[in-house]
Amino acid sequence: MEFPKDLKYTKEHEWVREEGSVVVVGITDYAQDSLGDVVYVELPQEGGSVTKDEPFGVVESVKAVSDLYSPVTGNVVEVNDAIIDSPEVINDDPYGDAWMIKVELSNAEELNDLLSAEEYQKYIEEEK
Amino acid sequence: MEKRGFTCIPHTDEEIARMCGVVGIASVDELLNVLPGELRLTRPLRLPEALSEQEVGSLLRDMSRRNTSTDDCSCFLGAGAYNHYIPSAVDHIISRSEFYTAYTPYQPEISQGTLQSIFEYQTFICQLTGMEVSNASLYDGASAVAEAVLMAGRITGKNHVLLSSTLHPEYRETALTYLEGGGVSSRVLPYCPGKGTTMIQAVEECKDDIACLVVQHPNFFGSLEEIEALSRAVHDKGGLLIVAVAEPLSLGILKPPGELGCDIVVGEGQSFGSPLSFGGPYLGFMATRERYLRQMPGRIVGQTVDRNGKRAFCLTLATREQHIRRARATSNICTNQGLSALACTVYLALLGKKGLMELSRLNIAKAAYLKKRLLDVKEISAAFTSPCFNEFVIKVDGDPEGFLEELLEHGIVGGLSLGRFYPELDRHILVTATEMNTKEEIDRYGEVAEGLFARSIEETRR
Repeated sequence: MEFPKDLKYTKEHEWVREEGSVVVVGITDYAQDSLGDVVYVELPQEGGSVTKDEPFGVVESVKAVSDLYSPVTGNVVEVNDAIIDSPEVINDDPYGDAWMIKVELSNAEELNDLLSAEEYQKYIEEEK
Repeated sequence: MEKRGFTCIPHTDEEIARMCGVVGIASVDELLNVLPGELRLTRPLRLPEALSEQEVGSLLRDMSRRNTSTDDCSCFLGAGAYNHYIPSAVDHIISRSEFYTAYTPYQPEISQGTLQSIFEYQTFICQLTGMEVSNASLYDGASAVAEAVLMAGRITGKNHVLLSSTLHPEYRETALTYLEGGGVSSRVLPYCPGKGTTMIQAVEECKDDIACLVVQHPNFFGSLEEIEALSRAVHDKGGLLIVAVAEPLSLGILKPPGELGCDIVVGEGQSFGSPLSFGGPYLGFMATRERYLRQMPGRIVGQTVDRNGKRAFCLTLATREQHIRRARATSNICTNQGLSALACTVYLALLGKKGLMELSRLNIAKAAYLKKRLLDVKEISAAFTSPCFNEFVIKVDGDPEGFLEELLEHGIVGGLSLGRFYPELDRHILVTATEMNTKEEIDRYGEVAEGLFARSIEETRR
């Protein structure tokens, strides 16, 4: 299982990548592995807003439907429509092609609350 | 554990005494000591003496004789509940104990028969409505409309709802009750006084972003709505078109709403194999486009294969239901109207495609003849110009309530006086004809009406 060092993580199993003025959000390798085959994903509209720790979408596997919690607050500037049509990408490439939304941050300080790769890895070890 | 054959038999005095001993009280009455003495009833309840089974049977028979049944009169009343013939095979099949006594038997390993019947029901509903997916059924037409409105809110994220005034007034009331407290605003759209159909202009002029428009088709007046034009108008406003069908037999002859641009079709399935029966249990149905599947309330039965590769059925998409998703479930509907849905499935299977079409045509013909016969009466005129299925509105010279009461004395249930729901239609009666009305009955309605008007003119002269 991979935990790229350049990403930040949440206890709800989302990852965040900083790309200039925006951040990219997706779900972790651990999340996709626990969910099993993903069959459906629901994402917010481009131009909408997301709030830290509030649900911004839904991911559905053959086992369960789970909420996606936003790691940050801000405006959604881009949505990955490709994964809506082929949600299986979430299982294949969680940190790459399966990015979900790009968010323009309202408060960059929120990033400080996120976990590092080591912290996240330690957290899920404890959870197991 | 002690084996007991009759768990419904109440506790014996010894058992009660033993339980009281365990919790440390002298009698069960002591449990009620928390209630202040002055609030407690000290005398026995004023109830009649207990009756024997024989006496109860005779009492209930006497009471039921005070009712009028559609078997004993000519019924021209519809308005959301329709008097249709139910082939006796329907009751025989649904009364089989495997179907009749089972409560929500959804486990695939023991319920392939029930699940297959629900799957077939969904297939029928999709075929009739022209939609891609159907749920396993809902409670009745009114609550299905309410659920569709909530669903449109989930899909569009908007909270303004348009309801046509030609939607069954009780469906409207039910939808508004469901919406209460949900931060949703609603508007009732007027109808064209001439045509008796929803005023399309009112949709076009609507300034707000709307979640949906609900229209009934054929509408409460029996008139056929202009669904395609309404669909364009509501889609221009970013909302969904919900079509409610109170008389699903009309789907045997009308173009399916799904082909007319509608997004959600809901309705009342009573016409298909359920008796009038004082208004219930009835059957709500709901169908929609595949892209809205995950926002649809209720259960869905899907077809799959078992581990030996054989066709099998099971509940599908249950991951969005209440028992799994709790507060964030799609809806709090987690059952269906099993027996009525089964009756519907059996009824439609018995009629078949051809039979259903023939029956629809027969209803149109009966209603057309009734209309012709009633309009021959000088004091009766047609209220609206739109084409209709098996129901239409007439206007009478005189008090409709009195007219209907006098008809009843002649064994004719003449229809529904509309003033109660539409104050401006205080001379109007909604009348219905189905395959149950013979030509003789229809002629008699006309003759009795003529007689009543002639008599009232005579009385006025005197």
